[in-house]
Amino acid sequence: MSLLHWIILIPFLAAFFIPLLGRMFPRIHTGWFVLFIPLALVMVTWISYSSLMADGETILSIVPWVPMLDINFSVYLDGLSFLFTLLITGIGALVVLYSIYYLDKKKERLQDFYVYLLMFIGAMLGVVLTDNVIVLYVFWELTSLASTLLIGFWFIRDKSIFGAQKSMLITVFGGFAMLGGFMLLYIMTGTFSIREMIGDVDVIMNHPMFLPAMILVLLGAFTKSVQFPFHIWLPDAMEAPTPVSAYLHSATMVKAGIYLVARMTPIFGGSSEWFWIILITGLFTLFWGAISALRQKDLKGVLAFSTISQLGLIMALLGAGSAALYAQDPDLEVMYAGAIVTAMFHLINHSTFKGSLFMVVGIVDHETGTRNLQKLGGLMAVMPVTFTVSAVGLAAMAGIPPFNGFISKEMFFANMVELMELPFFGMGDWAIIIPIVAWTASVITFIYCAFMFYKTFMGKYDRQNYWVDVHEASPGLLLSPILLGILVIVLGLFPNILTQTLIHPSVTSILTGVSVELEPYNLTLWHGFEIELFMSIGVVAVGVIAFLYHRKWTRWEIYNKERDVMNLFYDQGIDKLQDGSAAITRVQMTGRLRDYFMYMLVFIVALLAVTMWRSGQFQALPEGLATTMDTPLYMYGVMLILVGSAAVLPFIQSRITFIISIGVLGLMVSLFFTIFSAPDLALTQLLVETVLLIVLMLAFRHLPEMTKEPKSRSYTTVNVLIAASVGALVTMVSISAYALRLDLDFTAISDFFIENAVPLGGGYNIVNVTLVDFRGFDTVLEALVLGIVALAVIMLIKHRFKGGEDI
Amino acid sequence: MRYSRSHDVMQRVLLITTSYFVLAYSLYFLFAGHNNPGGGFIGGLTTACALAFIYLVFDRDTANEYIRFTFPALISIGLVLSLGTGAIGFFANDNYLTQYFDYFEIPFFGEVELTTALPFDLGIYFVVVGAAMVIMLTIADDEKEENEN
Amino acid sequence: MEYLIFIAIGVLFSVGTYLLLCRSLLKVIGGFMVISHAVHMLILTMAGLNTGSAPLVDLSGSDSTDPLPHAVILTAIVIGFGLTSFLIVLAYRTYKAHKTDDLEKLRGADNE
Repeated sequence: MSLLHWIILIPFLAAFFIPLLGRMFPRIHTGWFVLFIPLALVMVTWISYSSLMADGETILSIVPWVPMLDINFSVYLDGLSFLFTLLITGIGALVVLYSIYYLDKKKERLQDFYVYLLMFIGAMLGVVLTDNVIVLYVFWELTSLASTLLIGFWFIRDKSIFGAQKSMLITVFGGFAMLGGFMLLYIMTGTFSIREMIGDVDVIMNHPMFLPAMILVLLGAFTKSVQFPFHIWLPDAMEAPTPVSAYLHSATMVKAGIYLVARMTPIFGGSSEWFWIILITGLFTLFWGAISALRQKDLKGVLAFSTISQLGLIMALLGAGSAALYAQDPDLEVMYAGAIVTAMFHLINHSTFKGSLFMVVGIVDHETGTRNLQKLGGLMAVMPVTFTVSAVGLAAMAGIPPFNGFISKEMFFANMVELMELPFFGMGDWAIIIPIVAWTASVITFIYCAFMFYKTFMGKYDRQNYWVDVHEASPGLLLSPILLGILVIVLGLFPNILTQTLIHPSVTSILTGVSVELEPYNLTLWHGFEIELFMSIGVVAVGVIAFLYHRKWTRWEIYNKERDVMNLFYDQGIDKLQDGSAAITRVQMTGRLRDYFMYMLVFIVALLAVTMWRSGQFQALPEGLATTMDTPLYMYGVMLILVGSAAVLPFIQSRITFIISIGVLGLMVSLFFTIFSAPDLALTQLLVETVLLIVLMLAFRHLPEMTKEPKSRSYTTVNVLIAASVGALVTMVSISAYALRLDLDFTAISDFFIENAVPLGGGYNIVNVTLVDFRGFDTVLEALVLGIVALAVIMLIKHRFKGGEDI
Repeated sequence: MRYSRSHDVMQRVLLITTSYFVLAYSLYFLFAGHNNPGGGFIGGLTTACALAFIYLVFDRDTANEYIRFTFPALISIGLVLSLGTGAIGFFANDNYLTQYFDYFEIPFFGEVELTTALPFDLGIYFVVVGAAMVIMLTIADDEKEENEN
Repeated sequence: MEYLIFIAIGVLFSVGTYLLLCRSLLKVIGGFMVISHAVHMLILTMAGLNTGSAPLVDLSGSDSTDPLPHAVILTAIVIGFGLTSFLIVLAYRTYKAHKTDDLEKLRGADNE
């Protein structure tokens, strides 16, 4: 267990103790206890590892979990994991601080909230820190679970439940697909360790299962990172409390897919499929998200689609950057590595400005009671601090200097323009469409940012629109967004402060396969008069013009369709699924005991018969056996009575006769045991039969005559057929098994019991010694079964259900 | 259970006498179980039969005067006894349910074997008696109540 | 002799299965009991039939019977006893509550 293991496990451990602390100190907001954990983790991580990371070192520590299956709880820290760890714990601390003021101490179920949140922190750290894909999968699904629980936190609302279920279904579907991809990778390489897979990259590249494995892994990444068409769960996830939206659904969890793609780039990157799938999905998501965001009337809805769009941007950059692994040419490698640099930088930037924006929207919601863009307006004068912070965040998102979003957007333009010169992967002249899509999406981003800014804060403040008297939020609530806003400005003015410790190490750990030694990339606010600067100027100019004429085009019908069309597939799918399962259940679940027995019996008979037949296992007894042991004449008599007493049972109409006939059968079985020298068995059988007979008589004495069987011929034929085939199969299988046993001629384990009964058990009755001394657990649990039966009988009869109750 | 309302003396005497024999046999089965056919299960079921005889002869109230057990409690006593005997193994640093035995010289009886298997089997015996009697008596009581209503 | 017993076991299984498919609850319980008998006999036969001495140490010679299947079957008989009595009580209660032991009538409503 290394420090890294503890970093993952501490949030889980804390999740156990936080509810206790919360109950012990009911006057203190539980969040204050929770705050320590991410705060401590971010400090510990930074202090212990930042210098190591800057030197380009990595740390690996393995704790065996299921070593036989190559599943180990191994943690691996490199630049990429380090970046994500800091992001998760850092934003986590700010979000917890914010939630303390956001969630009311008295009204909300705080303990539940913080347990889920801590579970999420631990799981997310597990995802980014582990090297074993199975462990990664487990933590991956835990993040989905935590996300679902948090979306459904206000479970009284139907929309919360709907959103929670939707996110669960989509992300867990992706998770399963990812697991399938990991299995395929295991089949190819024989290892679950990501590092070892990277070592075997040549095998993977030339394997026929390369493409399926890649698509399955990407399904996991795309569902988690809300890429088109799986993005539909994120807008519905906005039912979660705002701290959760800020944390899980913009800053961290939805970036797990980005992490996975980055982590898998050394394995799959450098193939044209990887490049094109990710680039096209990313660009399309960027564009689609931006357009949809423009149509939203709900502040959180705008932010949700804008998150989708920005994640598409990062995804596209990762796709573009993977070209560096194919290039072989040092100049090209350095050039396309630039896309990865942009991706990592924008990842950080997005977390800062989007986190602050979510928090600000939460404040607006908290103070005014609405998030509807058509109702809001004029808050600039009432909430000046909130206004300032959101101005910074929106400007960064729109790509206006001097904020960090401007730098990464310019770099993004540059990377997209560079793609046109790509000499391989079938890139042609038509590639001009790539920068055009990127540019258009940026224009739309600019417009919706302007909308948010204008509609919320500008205009006239109308008291009538609000339920409450609006005023500035408390300083505690404002602290987190202000801190993030300061980060936005600092990163904009001094973008290089993180290059050495965060961005460069993560880029080198993604691009392990390039031939040149990558130099730290120099990030600057001022790029000189390059094409990207003119593109940025174009964005602002077109954006402003479009915004000025917005009264014209907002009247178009398409503008007012808020709900994403892709939801149709999900809604229809869920409906059909429910109807289909109901139909299947109706056909099969008839409520008739006979039908259920028939399913089972027919299935078992068919399965056994087919299997035995195909493997040629039906045998007859060896020739000699039947003659060596002559059947004594009385044996025929015993068997005749035994079989006869059973065979009359189906024909008996009287209850008492039936019970007596069963008793005869039991006594004959007892006689059978006596003949074959099993005194204990014979005695037990005799006594059990007696007691059961008494019970049967007691229970069925007063009932009227038995129900008559229907006389229908088909009914009887089916019963007889099934019964006969079961009997025939049992006979044949047992004869074959017996013959096999004689063939194999193994020594029975009974010798142990015979030899050790006296020395170890101190008894002369081997059967009893076996039961009491050697197999005591069996016997005790048997007694327990009897005790449970007695209890059940008392419950059934003494504490009876009244008739008519649904039992 | 149908309580005998007839005053058939022969039947009563015969059944009571038989039940004493059966009861004696059941104890023999229980204690001889380790070395001869028998044991907790067989002894328990035999006892249950003997008790059932007594309930057959007398009506429930009279029988209750002779037999003063709460049978459900007997089940738990038996379980505690069996599980508790098994726990001896813990103190001797052995596995759970390890049984011990040794031979002792006791005046008058001579050399006698004492085993932990006996209390264990006794526990099983109690459980079996309790369970069998609970099942029979519960149904019988239910019918009786219904007849009275 | 083994053939004879295996065939007898097969017949017991057939009868038990037939009874399981019946409409009367008592017959279903009877079927369950018949099948348990058949299984006990099957285990004993599988271990090798032997009419030698009982498995007691002081009696045992070369031809004593195998004690292990005895222990296994003993456990099975007791568990079967518990299960059967539970089934009987369940059937009894079902009858008391619904005044029928016809499984067809006990089906309840559709779509359950």
